[in-house]
Amino acid sequence: MYVAVKGGERAIDAAHDWLAEARRGDPAVPELTLAQIREQLALSVARVMAEGALHDPDLAALAIKQARGDLIEAIFLIRAYKTTLPRLGASRPVETGAMLCARRISATFKDVPGGQILGPTFDYTHRLLDFALAAEGGAADARVPDPAQADAAQADAGPQADAGPQAMPHVLGYLDSEGVIQPEPPPDPEHAAPPPDLTRQPLELPADRPLRLQALARGDEGFLLGLAYSSQRGYGRNHPFVGELRIGTVAVELDIPELGFAVEIGSVELTECETVNQFAGSKAEPARFTRGYGLVMGQSERKAIAMALVDRALRWHELGQDDTGAPIQDEEFVLMHADNVQATGFLEHIKLPHYVDFQSELELVRRLRRKAAESGRREAAE
Amino acid sequence: MSDAAEMDRKTWMGLLARAPAADVARLWAEADLPEPVHDWLRPPETGAVMVRGRAGATGAPFNLGEMTVTRCALRLADGREGHAWVQGRDKAHARRAALADALMQGAESGAVRAALLAPLAEAEAARRAATARRAAASKVEFFTMARGED
Repeated sequence: MYVAVKGGERAIDAAHDWLAEARRGDPAVPELTLAQIREQLALSVARVMAEGALHDPDLAALAIKQARGDLIEAIFLIRAYKTTLPRLGASRPVETGAMLCARRISATFKDVPGGQILGPTFDYTHRLLDFALAAEGGAADARVPDPAQADAAQADAGPQADAGPQAMPHVLGYLDSEGVIQPEPPPDPEHAAPPPDLTRQPLELPADRPLRLQALARGDEGFLLGLAYSSQRGYGRNHPFVGELRIGTVAVELDIPELGFAVEIGSVELTECETVNQFAGSKAEPARFTRGYGLVMGQSERKAIAMALVDRALRWHELGQDDTGAPIQDEEFVLMHADNVQATGFLEHIKLPHYVDFQSELELVRRLRRKAAESGRREAAE
Repeated sequence: MSDAAEMDRKTWMGLLARAPAADVARLWAEADLPEPVHDWLRPPETGAVMVRGRAGATGAPFNLGEMTVTRCALRLADGREGHAWVQGRDKAHARRAALADALMQGAESGAVRAALLAPLAEAEAARRAATARRAAASKVEFFTMARGED
């Protein structure tokens, strides 16, 4: 336990002044604008929005600037800000099947209706440092095609390129229609209660799947990545196919009570991953594949894939699998440790003053040592 | 986006919500659209809306995370009411969207349609088409290679 301390205001002020200076860095270097962060560090912005659980690219950019690029600190800032906002409602579930896709790939089917769209991906790059980017100004933009060239390249893509947004049905829908994968029916709207919300009620276990998905969607990317990797290596064996991965924008629709109809209130970029996992089956039921699901705000496919693996692993009970004791199958272990704001709060609090606690332990250790020394002397004397 | 001339209220409210705030402000100023006196039924207020997804894309709804939204409602002197719910934290955006909503319900609808809604719809359609073109240009055909085992 840490205790309140008094004093040190002057030192704290001086420390924070220094922090402000350190944040700014060398004043000879131009200051970053929020637009620069939002546009050029877009994947950092995406992570802060996903784990801060608030979609607002400008706020995420501000948080990153204020946090000196420490993304967990930025996520903390967003979470704190979010508590000041009134909750104005909850959207209808977004239709990811109607997503305007910038990327859409399947590792299970080569030829999918709508095609395999690579989008702006790091895949197939050589991971060699591009020193052209180190040069400022014109040279740095050498790889950015000018609009005329880009148009020519797009014209080469064939007639369909001009046909406007193409329908991109979910790949798993094809397995679904054949009955070879566990279906994912919508609940009966008549009886459906609103999904649990861990920002309104504390997380309670056991959690149902909607609650788990909410916790994972805002969970720490690194933690989910480590868990998902552990299961690929054999801790709760779970080595799925990526049935589909898609990134793009979807409209968000909200029922407006005072109008009596639903209106689109905006659009958000999402990354969605659907995995195809090994089958469940029994004498009564023929074998079929099972699913894992990942949905993350912004462009974050590592997180979306990891989330799908963790989601699937946590469904062991529902799908009649054995608990192998692997961390990824342990709902308490996964859900109670996935939130990096909670984790960092508890971890970092141990650096705050614990003087009274420590004094009492120090006193105890001294007493034990004294006793041991005395009994040693007594034995020597006897 | 459907033809601006046939837009219903739900459609224009959505269009105004999705549009970049800067575009709405610029078009409003350029066309010199009226800014009639109005009473606030609900002054602009920024808050959060919980965005929901579905497990497995089609199953049970779950809470994905929130988004910032600004809403307001106003009444013109002639009694017309305008409502707005727009993405982000820009109160001027919400006010213009609510004004447009009110004006669309009367004699000014033609002017608002032509000067604001049609260009916004066009710009949005162009953005979507550009994304679709970029996507189509990065469409790949994978060929399965013989693995030399047989």
